[in-house]
Amino acid sequence: MADSQSKEASGGVLTGLMSGIVGGGIKVVDLTMTLQPDVPTIVMPPEFGQSWPFRMEEISKYDHRGPFCYWNNLSCGEHTGTHFDAPIHWVSGKDLPENATDTIPVEKFLAHACVVDCSDAAANDPDYLLTIENIEEWEAAHGKIPARSWLLMRTDWSRKADPVAYMNMADDGAHTPGPHEDLIPWLIEERDVIGFGCEAVGTDAGQAQHFNIPYPCHYHMHGNNRFGLPALTNLDALPPQGAILITPPLKIRQGSGSPTRVLALVEQ
Amino acid sequence: MTTPLPPPKRKDPVKRTRQPTLPPANRSREAQGLTAMAAVGRFALQTCTACGAVQYPPRQICGQCLNDDLPWQDVSPHGLLLAETVLHHSNDLFFRDRLPWRLGVVSMNAGPSVVAHVAEDCRQGERVRLSLGLDRSGMAVMQARPETPSANEEDDGQLRETTFDPKDRRVLIVDGKTDLGLALAKAFGAAGAREIYLGHAEPWKRSPKLAAAEALPNVNLFPLDVTDTDSVQELASLLGGKTEILVNNSYYLRQGGAVDRFDLNTSRDEMDVHYHGLLRLAGTFGPAMRGRGADGAHGATAWVNVFSPYAWVNNPAFGTYSASQAAALSLAQCLRAEMTAGGVRVVNAFVGPLDDEWHQLVPPPKLEPDMVARRIVDALKDGREDVPIGAIAEEMAARLAENPKELEREIRL
Repeated sequence: MADSQSKEASGGVLTGLMSGIVGGGIKVVDLTMTLQPDVPTIVMPPEFGQSWPFRMEEISKYDHRGPFCYWNNLSCGEHTGTHFDAPIHWVSGKDLPENATDTIPVEKFLAHACVVDCSDAAANDPDYLLTIENIEEWEAAHGKIPARSWLLMRTDWSRKADPVAYMNMADDGAHTPGPHEDLIPWLIEERDVIGFGCEAVGTDAGQAQHFNIPYPCHYHMHGNNRFGLPALTNLDALPPQGAILITPPLKIRQGSGSPTRVLALVEQ
Repeated sequence: MTTPLPPPKRKDPVKRTRQPTLPPANRSREAQGLTAMAAVGRFALQTCTACGAVQYPPRQICGQCLNDDLPWQDVSPHGLLLAETVLHHSNDLFFRDRLPWRLGVVSMNAGPSVVAHVAEDCRQGERVRLSLGLDRSGMAVMQARPETPSANEEDDGQLRETTFDPKDRRVLIVDGKTDLGLALAKAFGAAGAREIYLGHAEPWKRSPKLAAAEALPNVNLFPLDVTDTDSVQELASLLGGKTEILVNNSYYLRQGGAVDRFDLNTSRDEMDVHYHGLLRLAGTFGPAMRGRGADGAHGATAWVNVFSPYAWVNNPAFGTYSASQAAALSLAQCLRAEMTAGGVRVVNAFVGPLDDEWHQLVPPPKLEPDMVARRIVDALKDGREDVPIGAIAEEMAARLAENPKELEREIRL
């Protein structure tokens, strides 16, 4: 009895969801950048190991190599383009349970999103850092961040089509916006977020190697079994609260992340 | 004075581009010894160890005493032009396209008399200087030049069939972000190149060298990443039909061997830049350049690869790098054979350690990029195809000829 009731209930929810998607009440927004060879990957000193950029070699295109089909071989690092950072990516998350792309419980790939618009501040200051105070102001206007939500930092950075402007490298490193180092522990302890997402090439600010704890977003988020979602696009199409993100990475054995087609469901 | 070659005019789009043809290429195994000497810019002939007679044409046994020990030795290139004639008719397609053609007989100071191609400024009965050039088929030919170099000698139409003078030509330098890329841009500019195209990858990584090169006259930057097939194809579609000299100076050097640094990622990156990078360039720029090998006096002429001498023998301190260089060298031999069909020469420069950040811990001697670039341009003007540059490369070449096993045992940082 209870079983059939719950089935009916969930069937009703899913039916409603689908009719919303088909009927236009729920919009599906693509938050993903196109994978192509000139997508920049994060810059590491040249003596370190390097992440492969996205590369594509045609296997056949209805020709002598394969008359019936068009397909390609791909290569890239796990952290290329719009991608999912798993906790095992960082040394702080290396020993946690269920910390890799193949072991993370799949329900965690569906979560609510809070979108903080920092586009004006980032336009004025490429090194802009999102602080606790900024979030408190945002909450005063849009409500408290629910537990298990993504905190997404909208900067409109993904609109920079030129990779030079997008990476914004100077001789002292990259200058791109990101979270303040105090914000991340607060988001975890006080708001229990599922992860942090942004539009720049990584979840940490361009200058984050110089913070007290280098790369604090990676260090704290992954050390607490939370996720990262960098290089998002179209965050301007999301409401401050209420969107649902779909973020499943490829099921790579002990994967530290993977390029991900990130979709948002937005009620119209 | 040789008649100066006028700068190229813009092409008449109605005219069909002249198709490449090749001079006769059949040579005996002994005669290929001349090719080997010409390839490295030596003027050497077989010399009998028994009677000392200098031999020409190359042969198996001495023409005077029948001794069969005839090592190649450098000899005097000077002689007297005994007779000259001008060819006004030929049934050979290559020469038909290039008539009239001057030929002559030179009595060499070293002994033999040789039939040679004769430059414009040489006169019958006067002394001349011989050189060995490689013709469009890649085979050695004797050339008579005036005893003392004359003005504009490099503009002589017959000599130009065996040289790759950058003057008034358009040059693509594949990697503009390295010290050598900048030095090459300067050197080709100084040699009178009409346009210099500088490739550069990963534009978000700043490069002071590229910025300096961009400020040079006649230099234009183009995105080019030899690890990206699309990028290479795209640039070939833009520049393939204009590039008359291509310089592949792709460079990805990391220290380490197979056991001491077992790292597939780095070795794959090295192969992708050096071997697959050359393959991508070959497959895209190769056909366009080969098709323009006979396109007037300024057609496509040379493809330069900048290699390490560790392509010959592996230096275990740069073990996987050396292996990727060897793979690229092998591919360059394939490319050379394929490009010869269009009369475009593949020139391999073997450059010893450069004085750059990747050779910081390598003890001297290390090479200044400007010197290397000048030597590459000189080799093109001279028409050489194998060009060791610097003391290390030159010594390795000599030791390889003598005892490759010794070099394999001794080579290290």
